[in-house]
Amino acid sequence: MSWIVIQQSVPVFAQAFWLTLKLSFYGIIGAIILGLIASFLRYFKVPVLRQISAVYTEVSRNTPLLIQLFFIYYAFPEIGIKMSATAAGISGLIFLGGSYMAEAIFGGLKGVAKIQVESGLAIGLSRWQLARYVVFPQGLTLSVPAIAANVIFLIKETSIFTVIAIPELTNTALDQIGLYYHTDESLFVLVIAYAIILIPLSLILTWLERRARRGAFGN
Amino acid sequence: MHSGISILFAGQNFSRLLGGLWISAKISIVSLVIGIALGILLGALRTVKNPILRVILRLYLEFFRIVPTVVLLFLFYYILPKNFNVNLNAQAVAMLVFALWVGAEMSDIVRGALISVPQHQCEAGIAIGLNGPQLFRYVLLPQAIGLMIPATINLMTRVIKTTSLLLLISVMDVINIGQQIIEANRQTHPDGAFWVYGLIFILYFLLCYPLSAWARHLERQQDNNA
Amino acid sequence: MATPLLQVEHLEKSYGDVHILHDINLTVATGSVTVLLGPSGSGKSTLIRCLNGLEDFQSGQLTFSGEPVTPSPKVWQKLRQKIGMVFQSYDLFPNLTVLDNILLGPLKVQHRAKAEAKEQAIKLLKEVGLADYQDSYPRQLSGGQKQRIAIVRALALNPDFMLFDEVTASLDPEMVRGVLEVLRNLAQQKMTMLVVTHEMNFAREIADQVVFLEEGHILEVTPGKQFFENPQTERAQIFLNSMDF
Ligand SMILES: Nc1ncnc2c1ncn2[C@@H]1O[C@H](COP(=O)(O)OP(=O)(O)OP(=O)(O)O)[C@@H](O)[C@H]1O
Ligand SMILES: [Mg+2]
Repeated sequence: MSWIVIQQSVPVFAQAFWLTLKLSFYGIIGAIILGLIASFLRYFKVPVLRQISAVYTEVSRNTPLLIQLFFIYYAFPEIGIKMSATAAGISGLIFLGGSYMAEAIFGGLKGVAKIQVESGLAIGLSRWQLARYVVFPQGLTLSVPAIAANVIFLIKETSIFTVIAIPELTNTALDQIGLYYHTDESLFVLVIAYAIILIPLSLILTWLERRARRGAFGN
Repeated sequence: MHSGISILFAGQNFSRLLGGLWISAKISIVSLVIGIALGILLGALRTVKNPILRVILRLYLEFFRIVPTVVLLFLFYYILPKNFNVNLNAQAVAMLVFALWVGAEMSDIVRGALISVPQHQCEAGIAIGLNGPQLFRYVLLPQAIGLMIPATINLMTRVIKTTSLLLLISVMDVINIGQQIIEANRQTHPDGAFWVYGLIFILYFLLCYPLSAWARHLERQQDNNA
Repeated sequence: MATPLLQVEHLEKSYGDVHILHDINLTVATGSVTVLLGPSGSGKSTLIRCLNGLEDFQSGQLTFSGEPVTPSPKVWQKLRQKIGMVFQSYDLFPNLTVLDNILLGPLKVQHRAKAEAKEQAIKLLKEVGLADYQDSYPRQLSGGQKQRIAIVRALALNPDFMLFDEVTASLDPEMVRGVLEVLRNLAQQKMTMLVVTHEMNFAREIADQVVFLEEGHILEVTPGKQFFENPQTERAQIFLNSMDF
């Protein structure tokens, strides 16, 4: 392994690093919004929309991101929906992540104690007020560790964007290998780059989980 | 110009696609069997109170958790032959990587289930004179296994979904064959991608959905009994 | 006799195939304290939860302040402002401060002016000796303190009727007295109350009438003093003998 080669490749990887972060950011924000919508539909038992969101969740969770991306990027144009690779990547990540976020959020809402709901009813809160002041604030807090775990999962999934030639980290490493045969160096930098993003997040996750287990809401 | 869906049934196309799916299934099964066995062993070892062992196993887990599976595949695919002179074909590399990855994830599932068995159960076992392995075999494992099953089934669906990455190290899996079919029929079926990727999408769903529905069913049962 | 605050007629309640409450008839006079006694599993909690709509029942008629109750989510939501309830487990909302817990109902349900509601909340907090805790979160309080605040939260809606389901059962012994003191004061202020408790000395002291429930049947309804000295049924006598007081 050559140190010089590593140094020389840093600028290229730095660009890919930011791109990975940027794509992850948009994808995760979109996934959280989609997840909130899906879990609200389920919580409020909204007719029809709730069934649609259940079907979406199953399809999204039981198919691989890679084939979701292929479908969005290669098959959609054939029915008249064209988008750039980047847009396809972000859309794919949102489609995949939305269902994982929905499960995390709904899990939190379900975790709110029954007695909390009953004491809300006992002081005359309506169903909407109960959600607004009792179930959502507590449930969303409970779902934070699961959401954080999904954040890590989704960032890792961006490595699959390489199949539609988005120049994120993995794609850049493969490029470097293909162009210059700097196999060891490129893979080394690649692993380090993911470690820089994911180790701090994984430490935060461990901390969140520990806090959740101790009961952030010792009532 | 044909109607698009006919691309799936022209010539040997359909059986070729199923053949590709079988390769993915084979790799999943082999790596799950090896990985789950490895994970049970490592998970049990992770409950042993030896600090060095713990650190090593934790590092192993974290490495396989943090590095994306795509990257793991490339690491083994490029580095084994080049730096260790081990020449495996792409399918064997995939089985190795998936087995190690499953082992890591499984060790965490096993450990989590084992430490959730109440302490007094162990003490009761010790009190009747059981030794370490006996305690594991007769007290801990039977009580923990129910907790492990849903997570293990979910891990299976993750492995199946991850086989979609085999394409990247040139395994002739269902997606790779699908791409070839689309290319070969570009002239006659310009909309081939829609039908071929659509079929593969459905095939993956048909493999994964029953498993995740089963896992959810078991989880519900456990919640109700709790 | 004036109109009773609450009248229960022929109430029947089952969970699936299991019949829990049989032909419950009960009258609660305005300003009186009714103590509901009975062995564990006899249906006390189930009955009290039927009275503010947390459980639905198969048949029977409730009449509140002379108005027949037609059970529906809307009706119950209105009525619950008039019927306060406190549970055995400490059930404050952990995401809100003490003051916000108390004000949630008055502000969001009753849409009262903030200044006025807050003034009342602080007055109530003073009465239960917890004026200094208005900005604390529930996790910073002891069980007994939380239970007193749960009572204040219910009182802040100015209810006509209060339901208490074993509010001291989960408390450490030294916490029990403060909570019972609050109930005692309420009784003196002529709050109409239905109380489930296992504190027999306290029950004897405050009960205007005792309702004795066993296996879902009301076996007797007897004036308080008389029940403890000379219950009408043998079952009640056995129950009293089994209690340690
Ligand atoms: N949700 C439920 N589903 C089915 N059965 C129930 C349910 N809740 C209570 N029961 C049954 O109803 C009966 C009465 O229960 P309830 O909680 O009202 O008794 P209780 O008199 O309050 O007892 P305790 O003194 O232990 O609080 C019990 O046999 C109980 O098992
Ligand atoms: Mg009870």
